[in-house]
Amino acid sequence: MATRVSQQQTRLPRTSALIVDWLRQNLFSSWFNAIISVVLLVFVVQVITSFGRWIFQTQGWPAAFTNLKLLFTWTYPIDQIWRPQIAVLLVALLLGLSAGTWRGLLRGIAIGFIGIMAVLGLLAFLLPPPVEGQVALPAWALLLSSAAVTGGTYFLGRAGGERLRWPLLITWFLLYPAVVLLIRGGFAGLTLVNTNLWGGLLLTLLLSISGIVLSFPLGVLLALGRRSEFPVIKFFCIAYIELIRGVPLITVLFMGSLLLPLFLPGGERVDQLIRAMVAVTLFSAAYLAENVRGGLQSLPRGQTEAARALGLNTVQTILLITLPQALRAVIPVLVGQFISLFKDTSLVVIVGLADLLGAAQNIVGQPQWLGTPGGVWREVFLVIAAIYWIFSFSMSRTSKRIEEQVNATKH
Amino acid sequence: MATSTPPIQRTSIPFYRDTRIIAIIVQVVFAIIVIGGLWWLYANMMNGLRRVNLLPTFSFLTVSAGFPIAESVIAYDPSMTYGQAFIVGILNTVRIAIVGIILATFLGVVLGICRLSSNWLLRNLATAYVEIVRNIPLLLQLIFWFFLTKAFPRVQESIEVGGVLFLHNRGVTLAWPRLADSFSFWVPWLLVGVAVGVIFYVIRRIQFVRRDRPGVALPYALLIALGTALVGFVATFFIAGAWPLVLEIPQLERFNFEGGITVTASFAALLIGLVIYTAVFIGEIVRSGIQAVNKGQREAARALGLTPGQTLRLVIFPQALRIMIPPLTSQYLNLTKNSSLAIAVAYPDLFYVASTINNQTGQAVPVILMLMLSYLSVSLITSLLMNWYNRRIQLVER
Repeated sequence: MATRVSQQQTRLPRTSALIVDWLRQNLFSSWFNAIISVVLLVFVVQVITSFGRWIFQTQGWPAAFTNLKLLFTWTYPIDQIWRPQIAVLLVALLLGLSAGTWRGLLRGIAIGFIGIMAVLGLLAFLLPPPVEGQVALPAWALLLSSAAVTGGTYFLGRAGGERLRWPLLITWFLLYPAVVLLIRGGFAGLTLVNTNLWGGLLLTLLLSISGIVLSFPLGVLLALGRRSEFPVIKFFCIAYIELIRGVPLITVLFMGSLLLPLFLPGGERVDQLIRAMVAVTLFSAAYLAENVRGGLQSLPRGQTEAARALGLNTVQTILLITLPQALRAVIPVLVGQFISLFKDTSLVVIVGLADLLGAAQNIVGQPQWLGTPGGVWREVFLVIAAIYWIFSFSMSRTSKRIEEQVNATKH
Repeated sequence: MATSTPPIQRTSIPFYRDTRIIAIIVQVVFAIIVIGGLWWLYANMMNGLRRVNLLPTFSFLTVSAGFPIAESVIAYDPSMTYGQAFIVGILNTVRIAIVGIILATFLGVVLGICRLSSNWLLRNLATAYVEIVRNIPLLLQLIFWFFLTKAFPRVQESIEVGGVLFLHNRGVTLAWPRLADSFSFWVPWLLVGVAVGVIFYVIRRIQFVRRDRPGVALPYALLIALGTALVGFVATFFIAGAWPLVLEIPQLERFNFEGGITVTASFAALLIGLVIYTAVFIGEIVRSGIQAVNKGQREAARALGLTPGQTLRLVIFPQALRIMIPPLTSQYLNLTKNSSLAIAVAYPDLFYVASTINNQTGQAVPVILMLMLSYLSVSLITSLLMNWYNRRIQLVER
C-alpha cells in the first residue's frame, strides 16, 4: 500500500510547472533535503563520469571478451560446444511452448527472456571473433535464435492450447537429466566429455539447478519429519537441519570433498564435481526443509481437520491436501533460495572447481595480460558480476511477480 | 504389550492396528535405519583410514604447528601447537564477526532509513545499492575488494583520506585515540559515571516493578554514564591542561607507519565485503520493520501530543524492533558463517587455519569435527544471546 502511494508521488508529471512541483516535493522539500539532494547529485555525476571515462580508457577489455568461451564453458571441447548450445535452445523452446499454453506469468518471463537474449545477441555483434577453433553457432546466432525460438514456439503453444500442458510438464521434469546426459555424452556416438572439463557458467548453472532439484525430495521429507508426531523422527530431522544450518556452506563442501571418498567403498573414484554436487544438495536440503515447513505452518489447521473428517489417512492428507498448498505458498521463497544457491555455488572455487568465478580468476592470472597497466581483474570481474547480476536480478523480479500472484489468488 | 491397552479396546483392536504400537514400531525402524546407515559410513571410513594407516586421533593438537599465521589476537608463533593455532583461528573469526556485526548494523540502519526517505534521489540511490550488491555473489565481492586493496600504492605513496585514513598495499592505517599522561585524571570520572548509571538503572527498574508499569531505563542510564564521562573529559583538560585521549595521527616513517592502527589488506577486504553485503539485508529488515508498524500507531501517538521524535523513539521503534530481532539474528549468524570465505582473501580465520592444519596433518576427520563444533557453538551462543534479548523486548500480553 505504502509503496504504491510513493510510486504515484514520484511519477513525473507532464508539464513543466508540474516538474517544478515534483522537484520541490521530492528533492527540495526542506533545506535539509535540498542539501542532501545537491550533495548526492554531485556525487552521482562524479561517479558516473569517472566510471564512463574508465570504461572507454581501460585496455583490459580484450581479457574478458576474447575469453568468453572460457567464462561460459571453461575447457569443454570446442568441437562439442553445440551440445550446451542445444541445451539452451531446448530451454528456449520449452519456455516458449509453456508461455503459449499457460500465458499469465510465464508469458512475462518469456518476454523478459526474449528481450534479454535479443539485446545480448545484438551486443554480441561487437565481440571479437573467437580465438580458438570454430564453434557451431557464434554467440550472436545462439542468442538471437533462442530469442526467435521462444517467440515462435509461443504462438505454437498458444495454438496447441491446454492439451499441451501435461506433456510439457513431463518434458520439463525430464529436461534436467536429459541435458546432463547430453552434455556428458558417452552414449549413442556422442563422445564422452569428462566432468573435469566442465566449468564456467555451465558448471555454475548445473550445480545450482542440481542443488535445488535434487534437494527437493530430501528437503520435503525433512520438513514433514520435523513436523512429525513421532519424537524419534522429529529429533533426527531437527538435528540434521540445525547441524547443516549452523555451519557455513564451505565447511559442508570441504567435508564433501574430504570425507565423501572415505565414507563410500571405492569413493576415491567419485570425482570432484559429484562431491560438490552432493555437498550442495545436502546443504540446500536443510534450507529447503525450513522453507517448506514455513509453508506447512502457514496453512490453517482446518485444512488437515477437514481432510481427516473426509476420511483421508495421514499420507493422503499430506500428499493431496497440505503439501500442494504449502508448496504453492512457498514458490517465491524457493525461487529466492535458488538465487542464493546460484550465488553460493561460487564457493566451489575453494574446493578447486572452475565455475564462472573460478574461470574468471584463471583468466586474470593468464600471463599474456601481465603487461596491461593495472591488471585486467577489474574488467574480468565486472563482466562476470554482470552475468551473475543479470541472472539473479531477473530471477528475483520473477519471484516478486509470483509472490504478487500467489497473494492475489489467496484473497 | 497388548495388556497395556485399556480394557475397552482390548477386544476390538489387534496390536498391529493399534496406532500407539505402530508409532513405536515406525520410530524404532526409522532409528535403526538411520543409525545403521551412519554406522555403515563410519565403518567404511575406518576401514579406509586403517588401510592408509591414518586412524583419526586428536594427538596432533599438542604437536608444534610450524606454520606462521599472518595476524592474531593473541601471541602466536610457529613453534606453538596445532591446538593453539586453532584457537587463534577461532579468535580471528570472532574478531571479524564482532567488528563486522557492529559496522553492518550501523550501515544497515542508515540504509533502511534512506530507503524510506522522502528524498527521491536518496531513496533511489539506496535502492540501487541494494539491488546491485545483493545480486552479486559475496565471494566475488570479497575477491574484488582484495584485489582493490592489493592495487593500492606502496606505503610511501599511500592514499590519504582526510588526514586520518591511509590506504596502501599492506592494508589500511587509521588514526586512533591514544591514552595521554592526563588519562589518570579521567579514570575517577569514568568510574563515577558507570556507578551513577548503574544506580539510576536499578532505582528506575525497582520503581517500575513497584508501580507495575513498563518504562525505559537503560537509554537514560547510558546517557547519564556517558554524560558524566564527557564532563570529566572536559574537566580533565582544564585540570591537567591536556586531553586524556589524543587522536594519534599516523606518521610515515622510512618503511612503515608509526602510530595509529594498521589492519592488514586481508582483514580490510573481508570486513568491507562482509559489511557492505550484510548491510543490504539488515537495511531491508529495518525498512520492513518500520513499515510493518501499523500506521494508526503513529497517528495515535501524534494525537496524544507526542512530538515526531518521541513518536519514533517511544512508539514506532520499540514495535519495529520486536519485528526486526528474529531476522536480524539470522543475518548476524550469516555474517559469522560468511566470514569463512576469509580463505579467499587470505585472512587466517577458523576455516583457513583448519584447512591448513588438515593439509599438514592429514587428519581430516578430527579437523572437520572441531571445525563444525566451533561454528555450531558460535552460532548457538549468538542465537542464545539474541533469543534472550528477543524474549526481553517481546510484548507481554495478558
